[in-house]
Amino acid sequence: MATTLTPPDSDQTSVPPAKLPPGLETNAEKAESRRGFLIGLPAYAYLVLFFALPLAIVVVYSFATRSTTGLTVLADWNLQSYARLTDSLVVAITWRSLWIATLTTVVSLVVAYPFAYYIATRTPRVRAALLVLVMIPFWSNFLVRTFAWRLLLSSDGPVTRILETLGFANPRLLFTPSAVIIGLVYGYLPFMILPLYASLERMDHSLVEAARDLYATGWEAFRKVTWPLSKPGVIAGSILVFIPSFGAFVTPEVLGGTGTTMLGSYIGRQFVGTASDWPFGAALSVAILFVMMLAAMFYFRSGGKDL
Amino acid sequence: MSIVDTGDSTAAVVQDSVARPRRTVDRVLAGNAWLVFLFLYLPILVLIVLSFNDNDRVGVWTEFSVRWYGEMFENSRIMGALRTSILVAVLSTAVSTVLGTAAALSLERFRYRSQRAFDGLLYLPVIIPDITMAVMLLLFFVQAFDIVLLVTGVGLSRGLGTITLAHIAFNISFVALVVRARLSGLDASLEEAAADLYASRWQAFRRVTLPLIAPGVAGGALLALTLSLDDVVIAEFVSGAGTTTLPVYVFGALRRGVSPLINAVSVLMLVGSILLVVGSLAISRRRTGG
Repeated sequence: MATTLTPPDSDQTSVPPAKLPPGLETNAEKAESRRGFLIGLPAYAYLVLFFALPLAIVVVYSFATRSTTGLTVLADWNLQSYARLTDSLVVAITWRSLWIATLTTVVSLVVAYPFAYYIATRTPRVRAALLVLVMIPFWSNFLVRTFAWRLLLSSDGPVTRILETLGFANPRLLFTPSAVIIGLVYGYLPFMILPLYASLERMDHSLVEAARDLYATGWEAFRKVTWPLSKPGVIAGSILVFIPSFGAFVTPEVLGGTGTTMLGSYIGRQFVGTASDWPFGAALSVAILFVMMLAAMFYFRSGGKDL
Repeated sequence: MSIVDTGDSTAAVVQDSVARPRRTVDRVLAGNAWLVFLFLYLPILVLIVLSFNDNDRVGVWTEFSVRWYGEMFENSRIMGALRTSILVAVLSTAVSTVLGTAAALSLERFRYRSQRAFDGLLYLPVIIPDITMAVMLLLFFVQAFDIVLLVTGVGLSRGLGTITLAHIAFNISFVALVVRARLSGLDASLEEAAADLYASRWQAFRRVTLPLIAPGVAGGALLALTLSLDDVVIAEFVSGAGTTTLPVYVFGALRRGVSPLINAVSVLMLVGSILLVVGSLAISRRRTGG
């Protein structure tokens, strides 16, 4: 692969001669680093063209103007789209996305923690089988899994009927925030289970026994030993659930109603139909991207890369 | 534990008193695990059962029938969308597996300037929300096609090509991530040994590195295939009026309201993805002989 990818005279563009890091001085090493760059080049070129350039275009569009007919005018650059980010509607939708994503994360954590602990304390054989059982729904189509909840929660669906027989008068779940949270927890639960499992499985369980030998109650042993040791998993899982929940598009569209619009679907709405406003949609995208980058930085800072 | 040790019988009592609360905890944990599995599988089972329901109303059971499956296979729009989905998935997986594996090798096995910038560029598509990526690519294709029309006079339209290009863009990163995880766990001295034994670079890659990273490459390809078949948001934005993928078709149909036909299509997609995963698990298990 390396030989076919090495044109004879591209050294000037690929490796600038100035300020090479130490250890790259010899010709052989220079050739080696050039080779490494060239092997990665097709992927980088692709990502520059189909990722970095589109990103730049979104940023440019966010400063453009919307004409009265809904078209985008790439002139009269201004900050109006960003000024609209503080509109009461945008603020309300952002808050809703924030608390729905937070609640989704908390519910996922509460459900997944004992579950991951249970798997991590089984024998290796059982462990492997249980993990496969977790992964099978995870690998099946997200839209289809969300749609299944629409059937379950519909007015003549099984969940509604069970609630009715339990004595709830006229239970309505579909098209409410509860339905969206159920759908999000269902969709992203494995993102919580897997990092939690990874950190709990790696934990030295004799430490818990040692705490018990030192007269710690079960709760104390958990709070002082197990919980701190599983914290990297808790942080990683929380961020892996929070990020896609905050930017969710499919789940609120399928399970939510008019009162559950989240940021993702609100952005989508700026790009379809007659009411479309591309510069505003672009500004919202840039804003949400900024939030995600902050969350991801927090994730890597907290050692998430190791998981 | 505070009981004075007077022999074997008390030792048993001591052990029992320690073990009992743990057994209760264990039972609660096991119960919770069963509930979680019920939560994970019940919706899928309900969906499958309802797809065999004869009634026009989705939630009301009348009798067993495969009528909706018959209608599904005769519906040319659904079958067209299925073909598009498979074509996009296979093409984008093939390209992104090659590019992603090369990127992983380049980042793990070599050192050069600008490496860190590429590392960041490779991570971004993984953390970016689908909707942002969809908006980015929509604006990019609109802008690019405008320029192409202006310069060459050729009017391009969004469809199979744009969906495939978009899927490659996010799949490269996921393949690279999986292959890198595999590469970082491997001993680079094996490749050096091959070089010491006068293997050419290509021979060393072909005979030593590639067989060692093969499980990672296969895992990356499987992930790419799954993500491509799973995607609805990005395909929804970069597809044109004529061609859509199956998830985009289902999403559009859901917006108009549920119909039992969609149940059948959903089960088809579900069975497809489950077969894909179970099949690949079986293959990898046979290979490792475990």
